[in-house]
Amino acid sequence: MTAEFRAPGVPGEADAGGEAGRSRSWTAALRRRLGALVPPGQLLPDRQPVYVASWIYVFGVLTLAALVVVLLSGGWLAVGGAAWWHVSSLGRFVNSLHLWSVELFFAFMVIHLWGKFWMAAWRGNRALTWITGVVAFVLSIATAFTGYLSQSNFDAQWISTQAKDGLNSIGFGAWFNVLNPGQMLLWHVVLLPLAVGLLTVVHVVLVRRHGVVPPLDAGGGE
Amino acid sequence: MTAVVVVLAVSAGAGRYLHWGVISISMTNLLIIVAMVIVFVLAIVLPFPGRTRQPEREREDRP
Repeated sequence: MTAEFRAPGVPGEADAGGEAGRSRSWTAALRRRLGALVPPGQLLPDRQPVYVASWIYVFGVLTLAALVVVLLSGGWLAVGGAAWWHVSSLGRFVNSLHLWSVELFFAFMVIHLWGKFWMAAWRGNRALTWITGVVAFVLSIATAFTGYLSQSNFDAQWISTQAKDGLNSIGFGAWFNVLNPGQMLLWHVVLLPLAVGLLTVVHVVLVRRHGVVPPLDAGGGE
Repeated sequence: MTAVVVVLAVSAGAGRYLHWGVISISMTNLLIIVAMVIVFVLAIVLPFPGRTRQPEREREDRP
């Protein structure tokens, strides 16, 4: 392994000498790769194409905003625990905040999905953007499902007993046991939010990379 | 406390369901879906504030 020491200095210095002069360290390679993910100036742009000035283009960011509230209220519930969210006034408020932000998250996401479906948003090399959105939607449903199973009340018991036969019939029951509240809680607060969060980041980066899809009659989408 | 829970459970009832053949949906869920469709249509037809400003550069040079 070749050790190469550079004094901290000019950004982009490693690229100054072209391909031959590039540092071969993994940090420089990762930096170049991350820098190339999104065209310059498009990570957080302050200008958008004129067709974005429409209410139907608002629902993507509304979904993101609702997701932030979902994650923050869910983290708060995790700190307090089940006894807290069942018996204290503040706990019940945060529990309701979590529920209603999820309701809005899904409503916004579905309207976002309708809008993108009817404008064929996979045009112009945006297929992966569409696919990551669809997979994030499906994983969000799984996350909400495990959330209902983690309420620690009779509703959770009822839903789990109704769901077990279906999941057992397709062979999932051995490793995804809806009658095991501890396992469902961990899927709900760790694995599935992590997957939804990562996919959301990839989805947003892809949107920034390829730009917001234009309406069908605007041209320029292909 | 138990009496309160029982009263609340009885007053809440089972909810009203609509049936069309194999399709069964609660009135609550149907109203939510109708509301979402209305919001979707309004989002398409309502003008966006500031829409009349000068057109900005469209990014047609995207990959």
